[in-house]
Amino acid sequence: MKLGYYPGCALHGSSNDYEQSLKACLGALGVELEELDDWICCGASAAHSLNHTLDVALPARNLALARRQGHAEILAPCPMCSMQLLKAAKAAAGDVELRAAVETIIEAPVDAGAGVLNLIQVFEKSGLDQIKSAVKRPLKELKVACYYGCLLLRPPAVTAFDDAEEPRTMEAVVAAAGASPVDWNYRTECCGAGMTMANPETVLELSNRILENARAHGANCLAVACPMCHVNLDMKQAAIEQRYGVRYGLPVYYLSDLVGMALGLPEAGLGTQRHFVAGPVSAKEA
Amino acid sequence: MARIGVFLCWCGENIARTVDVAQAAEASRGIPGVRCAEHYKYMCSDPGQALIREKIVSERLDAAVVASCSPHMHLKTFRRAVAGAGLNPYRIEIANIREHCSWVHHDKTAATAKAIDLIRMAVAKVRYDHALEPIRVPVTRRALVIGGGVAGIQAALDIADAGYEVVLVERDPSIGGKMAGLSETFPTLDCSQCILTPRMVEAGQHPRIRLHTYSEVEDVQGFIGNFEVTIRKKARYVDMTKCTGCGECMKVCPLKRTPSEFDFCMGTRPAIYMPFPQAVPARPVVDKNVCAKIIRNGCGLCEKKCAPGAINWQDRDELIKEQAGAIVVATGYKLYDIGREQKSAGITGYGEYGYGKYKDVIDALQFERLVSASGPTNGEIKRPSDGAAPQSVVFIACVGSRDNAKGMAYCSKICCMYTAKHTMLYKHKVHSGQAHVFYMDIRAGGKGYDEFVRRAIEQDGAKYYRGRVSKITQEDGKLIVRGADTLAGTPVTVAADMVVLASAMRPADGVEELARKLNVGYDENGFLLESHPKLRPVETNSAGVFICGACHAPKDIPESVAQASAAASKVAVTFAASELTREPEIAKIDEQMCAACYTCVRTCPYHAVERAEVRSPKGALVKYTARVNQGLCMGCGTCVAVCPSKSADLEGFSEEQIYAAVEALS
Repeated sequence: MKLGYYPGCALHGSSNDYEQSLKACLGALGVELEELDDWICCGASAAHSLNHTLDVALPARNLALARRQGHAEILAPCPMCSMQLLKAAKAAAGDVELRAAVETIIEAPVDAGAGVLNLIQVFEKSGLDQIKSAVKRPLKELKVACYYGCLLLRPPAVTAFDDAEEPRTMEAVVAAAGASPVDWNYRTECCGAGMTMANPETVLELSNRILENARAHGANCLAVACPMCHVNLDMKQAAIEQRYGVRYGLPVYYLSDLVGMALGLPEAGLGTQRHFVAGPVSAKEA
Repeated sequence: MARIGVFLCWCGENIARTVDVAQAAEASRGIPGVRCAEHYKYMCSDPGQALIREKIVSERLDAAVVASCSPHMHLKTFRRAVAGAGLNPYRIEIANIREHCSWVHHDKTAATAKAIDLIRMAVAKVRYDHALEPIRVPVTRRALVIGGGVAGIQAALDIADAGYEVVLVERDPSIGGKMAGLSETFPTLDCSQCILTPRMVEAGQHPRIRLHTYSEVEDVQGFIGNFEVTIRKKARYVDMTKCTGCGECMKVCPLKRTPSEFDFCMGTRPAIYMPFPQAVPARPVVDKNVCAKIIRNGCGLCEKKCAPGAINWQDRDELIKEQAGAIVVATGYKLYDIGREQKSAGITGYGEYGYGKYKDVIDALQFERLVSASGPTNGEIKRPSDGAAPQSVVFIACVGSRDNAKGMAYCSKICCMYTAKHTMLYKHKVHSGQAHVFYMDIRAGGKGYDEFVRRAIEQDGAKYYRGRVSKITQEDGKLIVRGADTLAGTPVTVAADMVVLASAMRPADGVEELARKLNVGYDENGFLLESHPKLRPVETNSAGVFICGACHAPKDIPESVAQASAAASKVAVTFAASELTREPEIAKIDEQMCAACYTCVRTCPYHAVERAEVRSPKGALVKYTARVNQGLCMGCGTCVAVCPSKSADLEGFSEEQIYAAVEALS
């Protein structure tokens, strides 16, 4: 399977461990990623709150690039990116004037029917049964709290993926990797996301609740499919522990880490040693 | 030469303000065939009608055009008026110069010209009208009532008490419906079973009511006054004539852990069971999906124990036929299936409330069984998980109602009231308990209703939060209910021992299939459609089929009963005449022209066109043809549109007339 790949800023910057992980993992599954040539910002963070036309034009240009470069479907591993891309396609499809304005700006037709996939969907596409049969090292020791966060599922009218309130897909992938997903309560709660810059206290409080609940329900690690979630739960974990006087030591894996490890890939190749909280698997290997 | 009179109505100022009626009358006089043209302030009034009658006689008119309001409004009035002067009532036409002209235009000159055009068209059409006689059909004076809940029982009893026979069909083993399982009813808190069971017994023993329980309507043929209904009597495996209802069979049945439908799975029942002790008929049925004898020829204890030998393992479904002249549909409702039912796959519809996942999250009907004196806990409020008395209960209103995203757009109407009732019943039984209610709006319109809600809040201390619940989770044995109080502007978290979801009312399963059998319309939610929301609330567009109760829309007991009585009175009206008359403006087939392709038979939405044979006086087959059943045809004209040989035509709306009217415009 060959997919267009839209990394977005995070996977080329602060979360390049995520890129390393998913490239290694998907490579082992035979998914070929071709990075879009000349991709630009998806419009998240600043643009979408300042200028509605720009909010649509930026992602629309990326979709147009994908179409021009012959990709019917692209992987956008960051949920903010995938939501922005899907939102732009939907907005342009439903508003003739906006569509015309955007097409003038990007000098290309808007691709209203663009296929934008998140990481979970790529695993689903390559087949959970196939993953199951390719597992070399079932992650029996891992009790995983699957954490979806916000934008992977919301707004449901845009993402049209899984049940926004009672999702199941990440658990299915984790189970295919031989790990045990735990039943817990904070799967779709907010981690604080972008507040990490403006109001770090809020992030500490919200992310603390997530970690606390995951541990209370017997998890020994978390799985995420979002660079922002990873930053707040992994990088900030030490700060959370300090702030609340607790000790979690809960490793936070990208979903591709778990699948990759189950497929028998070395952790160094997946980049998990670059996470801030070391995992039980890494510890054992070391 | 035609002698046509034109009668223009001013409708007070409604028409006269925008249309120059005098000028239009003058112009009308110039239309060929028009003998006279009069205008009057209110043509529908007594003097107006007298004017029409007078002109018909004095001018020896043979047809008339009334230029006035919509025919929906006064066609019948004017037909009666002309009939009074000896003119066939089907020889008049209405030119609608109000809704189609004066009300929608401002320019008087243009509107007057348009009014004249409309009159010219009507005159052209009326020329080709011929005298018609109302169609007369005989009536079978027996009613079929589908559904034996409170609405069906009420309708059946009213019709039977009016002196007509009733066939009452109920899908479950007993009549009684949802109401039989309710605890106490708002706003008086009288016991539901105490008021319903006497009515059930009355229905069961009434000499004119024939009861078919554990039965479903399989097929409906025919038309008003002459329906033939096929009913499937499901195998009970109990011979109703031998069984005495002693109940020994139920005592010995070893499969007592079967979830009880009547208790909404809050209790259990044996494989041979009566849904509840007061069931009518008080005869058990065998659940063939559970019974060990039926599944693998085991057990058979009930048969050994049954003294009268009423157990019959050879019992099979039986199809019977019943004749009926009118049908009342009272199929009721079910609750929205929380966490499973949804518009699009992928959304579970309130999966976040944990219904089905957490034992102590139950729906409103389950709570009814929990507080009912005849329920599985004998009316003690014990939560399902461990049987403890819950000290804190959260009631959530509008689960699935008024929610376009994952439920239904409509308000389920009764939940505000029964939720208030639930908080009271709970407080009356668990004095130390605290009830919390999350609501969107309190809709308590009805006699004594708002007072009742105030009582729940002010006397029984229920805490009401105006806001929605976002999620229910379980922590340390407590249900953590997180919601918003939008009046206080704060998030609210309640640690509850039990949660009751007031889920939306939906039409009962299978109602759409039944509606198609009856040619009754239904809306996007599956609720059956009335003929007119204000003036024909219990009639349907299928003549002779009436609706009442929650199959029409969410409604409470008083409303369902009132509507049931209304439907019964409509049935009585239908049965009052020795034969029924119907409007004769229906389709007819030119049987000589008909090529018997039967496109019309396949297209007719009312199944009113039938395959027929033309035979010579000696009985030899001349040809095949399509033929319109006069009792069924609703005059929609679909057959006229599809007929390739142009053999179908509509009385009073013939193609000749339509073309003449269109040509009059040019």
